[in-house]
Formats: sequence, structure tokens, C-alpha cells
Amino acid sequence: MPDELVTLTIDGVPVSVPKGTLVIEAAKQAGVLVPHYCYHPGLPVAGLCRMCLVDIEKAPKLQIACATQVAEGMVVRTQSPQAKSGRMGVLELLLINHPLDCPICDQAGECELQDFTFQEGRPATRYSPDYAKRFNPVEDFGPDVLYVPNRCILCTRCVRFMEDVAKEPVLNVSERGDRAYIGIHSEGRLDHPWAGNVVDLCPVGSLLSKDFLHKARAWELDKAASICTGCSQGCNVTLDTRENVVVRVRPRPNLEVNRYFICDHGRMNYRWMNRGDRIEAPLVRRGGGSELHATDWDEAFDVVASRLRGAGGKAVALVSPKASTEALYFARELFRGLEWSGAFQVVMGEEAPLAGVPNLALRAERAPNGRGAELLGYSRDYAAAVAAAETASVVLVLDEPDIAVRTAGALIYVGTVLPERARDAQAVLPIANVAEEEGTFVNRDGRVQRYFQAKSAPGMARPAWWVFSELVATLGGGGGGGGGGGGHVGTAAEAFDRLAASVEAFRGLSYPQLGFAGAAAPAVAVPA
Amino acid sequence: MGYPHKPHAKETVVLSKHFGDADARTYKGWVKRGGYEMLAQALTMEPARVIDIVKESGLRGRGGAGFPTGLKWSFMPKEKKKPHYLCVNADESEPGTFKDREIMRWTPHALLEGTAIAAHAIQAEVVYIYIRGEFTEPWAVMQRALAEATAAGVFGAIKLHLHRGAGAYICGEETALMNSIEGKRGNPRIKPPFPAAAGVFGMPTTINNVETLAAVPLILKKGAAWYKGLSLASPKSTGTKLFSVCGHVQKPGNYEVTMGFPLKDLLYDLCGGIPPGRTLKACIPGGSSVPILNREETESCLLDYEGVVEKGSMLGSGGVIVFDDSTDMVYQIMRLARFYAHESCAQCTQCREGTAWTTKILERILAGQGKTADLDLLLDLAENMTGKTICVLSDSCAAPVVSGIKKFKKEFEDYIAGRRKPVMVA
Repeated sequence: MPDELVTLTIDGVPVSVPKGTLVIEAAKQAGVLVPHYCYHPGLPVAGLCRMCLVDIEKAPKLQIACATQVAEGMVVRTQSPQAKSGRMGVLELLLINHPLDCPICDQAGECELQDFTFQEGRPATRYSPDYAKRFNPVEDFGPDVLYVPNRCILCTRCVRFMEDVAKEPVLNVSERGDRAYIGIHSEGRLDHPWAGNVVDLCPVGSLLSKDFLHKARAWELDKAASICTGCSQGCNVTLDTRENVVVRVRPRPNLEVNRYFICDHGRMNYRWMNRGDRIEAPLVRRGGGSELHATDWDEAFDVVASRLRGAGGKAVALVSPKASTEALYFARELFRGLEWSGAFQVVMGEEAPLAGVPNLALRAERAPNGRGAELLGYSRDYAAAVAAAETASVVLVLDEPDIAVRTAGALIYVGTVLPERARDAQAVLPIANVAEEEGTFVNRDGRVQRYFQAKSAPGMARPAWWVFSELVATLGGGGGGGGGGGGHVGTAAEAFDRLAASVEAFRGLSYPQLGFAGAAAPAVAVPA
Repeated sequence: MGYPHKPHAKETVVLSKHFGDADARTYKGWVKRGGYEMLAQALTMEPARVIDIVKESGLRGRGGAGFPTGLKWSFMPKEKKKPHYLCVNADESEPGTFKDREIMRWTPHALLEGTAIAAHAIQAEVVYIYIRGEFTEPWAVMQRALAEATAAGVFGAIKLHLHRGAGAYICGEETALMNSIEGKRGNPRIKPPFPAAAGVFGMPTTINNVETLAAVPLILKKGAAWYKGLSLASPKSTGTKLFSVCGHVQKPGNYEVTMGFPLKDLLYDLCGGIPPGRTLKACIPGGSSVPILNREETESCLLDYEGVVEKGSMLGSGGVIVFDDSTDMVYQIMRLARFYAHESCAQCTQCREGTAWTTKILERILAGQGKTADLDLLLDLAENMTGKTICVLSDSCAAPVVSGIKKFKKEFEDYIAGRRKPVMVA
């Protein structure tokens, strides 16, 4: 039986929610954000900041929305004079010892203390300058985390994250009364592989990322929904860019994949997206010469197409498991009619689970789309493919800088940067990286998830799926003169729809339906 | 008995009968005085029957809230699916209160006997007696008594443990006490769940005050009707109550009187009145957390749960703090606020910041730098600190401030207007 529904009214809006829902969550469904600090849906309820005080009819006093369960016929008022005055009182007290150093605070612009004070706080202080504010020096908590105690509002989100989610309780509340601060175990460090989440969880500028320190003001950032490329978990992330430079990676909630969290490996795995040594134009070898010449896409496509048309025998594709599913699909289509084999290699690392969340870990397999490659028929036997490449007539390398390939045939290199060995290629085609294009990855559990463009690609670089689909079109539908679904593809949506229409594993999925949260691929069986 | 004073004729000496009698502290001495008979009898009774007798007696919690004890016991699951626990709150830390200390010092076996009876009534197999850390002598006495009684095998299957607090006032709050027993920081928990559903270690738990439990063997012995009959005013308040009287009286100490006893008689007869040449100014009737009474209210107040509420305060723990006309009320209130600011657990914003700010404002007034707006600010802060937090520590800080300003406003105004010499340095 589905959950029993309870109907209640919040600020005059009727809502029906499952029994046991907290008022603060029910309010979201009524379009009401009850101001709060200690409450976080990913953490155990603490009920201590008292910011979410609301008026509930028939209750003798104000109640906290974060710890009160809904009841049938309940009437909640968040805007009654009592509720507003209760919350204004909390805000005033949170600010009396707060340094109000917003102009130099990293959190300014995305600070819940700023937001709620602006929304319903007191316009002027009754505390300063009569009384001194509490002072404690900045503490170094761990490899990436600074603690600025003066800004701390003691909501204990960080303490609860480390204790109940990471299960490594290195933080606590030390001292009591207004002397209290967040303490760290005398022999501990905030160096858990998921510790960086405390920075996101902190509603104020008290826990700061050293990596992001002073990089940007919140309002200078553009945000794009993306998928972490750090491993096969497929955590949903937001890429924050400032002037076309990725400056921060933060978790994007997805209850099915990563809840509200990402690991530090993923968080720090973005600098390569800003590399300056990019290939910015297609490069081709003209008339058997030894030089690569920069050219336009038309000539590049002609050069590659002529190589493919003339090819007989084996073709080998060595692809990156960081390539989009769409790129991997069209790369395969390129060789339709040829004796084709494709493979990818995955860098392995240590697995680092987040103990308090089932099925969430930094996975040993450090690639976002190995599963997608498998579903499209690429093999994990990279060594065999490299060996086969020696005698192949065409070898395509897709963004694998570590190419150990020797071939008697034609080498076509499609990538973001130009490794030394790629200079042997007949053609080098510049592509966008994950931050510069739209596409999908399939995570280890077979969930197909979209990522969105966060910044522009340099020069003439284009999404790999576009490059391959254009080549397929140039060839008239497929390499080796074979037939197949040709035609130009203008958007990632079209690319995905073509893939879904022709690959059994993706049948029935549509790009819009994937939305921001993704969907499970219908086929679970991975081709051997 | 008003130990160390001889019992006064107006006292009803029941719980304090053996105060000062060293022989009663020993197991043998206690048995000689009829001790542990009621426990032996209770262990043969249906738990529900014990609860019914306590319900009939009208016994209410002596820790401060005055909740009916039998009713509290009846909240425990009837059908036992998980281990049940009993916690004994012996963390007597309320300023002005020292009655549980004397019970533990002189009649440890009365507490142990009542505790074991309660454990039987709520089907608890494990009992934690949480004793205030600063209580060195009661701790030693309780340890000895528990060892003797355990050796004598009087507790049957019930296991009793003593747990020593480490000096936090807040650990007297029932859920903070449970956290402390569990080895966690002594922070009060949000309720629900209430202890009867999920208390110590997440199991059904009842928590009672020392004085409450010490009365239980007597109720079984003399009957619920006898106990119920001990009531001078409101029939909702029954039995005897120990009052710890301190401050400006000639004979401070613990006095045991029947519920409904006039506060005036307690102060002027039992305690020998206010020191010579002085007059009564104010009184805190139930420990530092309750509103202050002025002279008129004090002299017309009846000491039971309803009588003190009628005067605008609370019976609380029965810690009576008496102030004569030499008292600087502003200073006294500042000292109370400072205590709460020091003891706030730091969870709730209103308490953590409000108690400290309240103290700072009062200190500034005492330093001669108060502002006219300060009194309104104090009252506004107090409003903000009342009824909005997890526990009532914040309310307890606000109570004396609000009642103090209301009843002794002139003293505040004298400091603010410079009519009174500053007593503090800003």
C-alpha cells in the first residue's frame, strides 16, 4: 500500500503529504520555504537553531517545523506575527556575535544568514557597539577545510555529517553557553575522503574550502548541472564557472545516486577542464607529408572520410570512458560495415564509501561512462585492442592521451589536447571537454544521466558526438560504404534520440525525460 | 526535620525522620527501622497494583515539574518488548536546593528501596542513579549503601548502578541526563519521543527525582489514603515536601512540611524569621528557575503546586531563597542570569546567546552604564527566551529577570539614573 496521505494547510495552501512528513518538508510542497539552519534533509534532525519556528493552530506555543510531523487538518502559519517575531528574535541573537564581515566572506551572496536576515531580520542591532563580540581565531581543520569560528552559528550540521553520515566523528561542540565553538579531535584531522561536504552543508561562511578561497564572489558564478567524471558512481554535481573558467564543483542533490554529497576526489577533479594547451583547430596531414596543418572542419572531414572509404579489413577504436554515450555511439556508427572492434581502459583507484549512505562511494573505477561504453559494445580488453591496432587499416583514438598504439594503418586522433604520439595521426580533430558540451553518461548502476554545458569550448573544438555524426553524414551513413542512420545531428538531444532509437539498451528513453535526475537504462544485460 | 536543627512542632517529619541518625545509614540500621519490608512486599505484587497505589496517593514529582508519579509510571509500555530502564535524578543542581543531598546523606536506603519498588512497578531491570558530581559525601554514602543492600540480595533481579555527573547543571534535565549516562554530551533532546517511548539507550525509560522515590516505601507502608490525607490546601497536592531554605533567615536548613503549609510560617516560625533589624523583601520559592515573589506574595503564599502558581511563581524543587531588605535585587538577578549563561548547553540560539546577553546588560546596569531602553530590551529578550527552546533553561533565566523588573523596577531605574552607586566595573 502506498503511504497514507495527510492533508494540512500551510499559509492557506492545502497540501497532501505522506504520514510522518515533517512540516518543513510539507511546506516546500506548499511553496513555502521556512527559514532554517540546523535542519538539512540529509542529516538527522537536531531541532536546535530554533529558526524554523511556526505557528500551529491549537499548539500552546510556537513549534519548530523541522521536528514536527504533519497531522490531519493541521493549520500552519509561517507568517503570523508570533512566528515572525520568534524567528526575528533568533536572527537577532545569531547576529550579535557574528562579525558581519560579509564583504570579505566567501559565503556572501549564497549565505543563509544573509538571506534570512534580509528577508525577516531586524534592520538594526541592539547589541553593538555596546558589547564586544566573541572572538576565536581561524582553525585549520583539514586538507581543504578552514574553520572561521566567529561566523559560526553552531547549527552542528558539520558535526552531524561527520558523526552520522561519514561515521568518523572528529568534530564536536566544545565548551558551552556562548563560549561554544566547533571543536576538532585533538589528534584528528578533517581529512575523510568525503569531508569537503561540511563546507557545502555550512549555511554560513564558517567552514570554507581552501581550494575555493577568495576565488570568486557568489554572484559572479554561472552554474551548470553536470555529472562528476571522477568515478563510475555518477554523482550529480554543479559546475560553477567564473568568466568561462570552472572554479568549483559542488554536489547537486539526487536521492537515487548521491543524495546531497560528493567526495573530495570528485570535488577537486576539475582543473583539467580549464587546461590552456588545447587543440583549437582540426589538423590534417596533406598528401603524405610529415606536417600537420591546421584547417577547417570541411577539409578535416574530407580527409578522414577518404581514409575510411578506402579502408578495408580491420578498424579499431580506442576510446575514453570519459566520452559521452552519444560520442561513443556515433564513433561506432562510423565503422558500420567494417570489421570493427572497440575498447576502453579504466584507471583504478581506492574505493572510498560514504558509510552512512547505502550504495554511495568513490568507486575504484575512476571513469564516468565505462558502463555506457560497455552497453555500446566496447570491450574492457584494451590490450587486445591495442594489439589488434597494429594490423588495423584504421585506428581511431578518442581522447586517450596515453596512447601506446602503433599501427600500420591510418591513425585518426580525436581529442581535447595533443599528446606527442598523436602527431603521427593522419588527422587530429579537436573536441570539447565535459564542461563544454551536453551529453550523457551511464553510471555503474545503469542510470543514464545528462550533463549540461558550463563553459564554451576553445577555438573550433566541438562536441565529439557532433564531430562523429558529421563524419557519418559525410560518409553517407557509415564507413566502408555501408548504410545506416546518416543525416546531420544538430543537438545533443537529437544525438541521444538517434542512439535510443537504434541501441536496444537505451530503447524507450528520451532526452527530455532524462531531465536533471536521469533514468535507468531499460536493458540491464551488458553485452559480453 | 530541619537538620541540623531539631524538628519544629509544625513540621511533619516523614522523609526526614532519620536525618542526623548515623545508624539509619547502614543496611542493618535501616532494616531495624523497618526498612526494605515494603520492597520485599512490592516484589510479590503485580506491577500495575503498585502503580495504582502510587496514583491513588496523589504523589507528584518533587524535581520541579510536579507531574503525577503514578501516571508517569503508567506511560511505560504495558507489554514489555524492549528492556525498560529507570533513571533516578540525583543531579540536584538547582541553585537554592539541597534536599536530595540530605536524603542521600542520611537515608540512602530509603532512596534505594523506593527506587527498587519503582523499578518493579515499571518492569525495569536496570536502574541508573545519576548523582551530581560535586556531591562527594552523598556519593560515598550511596556507594556504601548500595554495596550493602546488594550484598544482602534485597533487589532481586533488579540491577542498580550509580553514575556520577561531571558538574553540568544541564545534566539535571532528564534527557540531557540520559545522554550523559550514554556517554554523550549532556544536551537535552527534542521531544517527542518522550522517555517512556525512547529514553536511555533508546529504550522505554522512566525518570524520577530522589525525593519522589524516597516517599514511595512510606506510601506502600502507610497507604495511599494516609498520604493523600497529608494536604492542607489543594487536594491536588498531597504528602510532605522538603523545603531547602537559604538566604536571609535565622535558621536555614531543610524543613519538611505538609503540602499547603504557609510559606510565612516556614520562614517566620520554622526558620526563626529574618535576621534582627531586617525585614523580608523577596523570596524565590522553588529554586532559582522560578519567578521571584515580593513580600506580600511571600507572606500570603501556600506551599503546594497550586498555591505557589496562584502567586505567580512555581513550587519547583522547593529551594526557598530568602532576601531581606538589604538585598540588591539587580545584583542577585545578574548572578542568576550569569549562572544560566554559564550552564547553557549551547544548543538553542535563544538560550546560548540570550542568557549571555542578558547577563551583559545586567552587568552594565550594575556598572552604572545602563540605558533607559535596557529594561525593555531585557523584557523583550526574555520574551524571546521563553517557550521557544528544547528545554527550559532559557525560560529559567528569563523568569527571575521578568519578575525582578516587574516587582523591583525602581532598583533597576536607580542604577540607570545614577541614583545608586555602581557596584561593578564595566
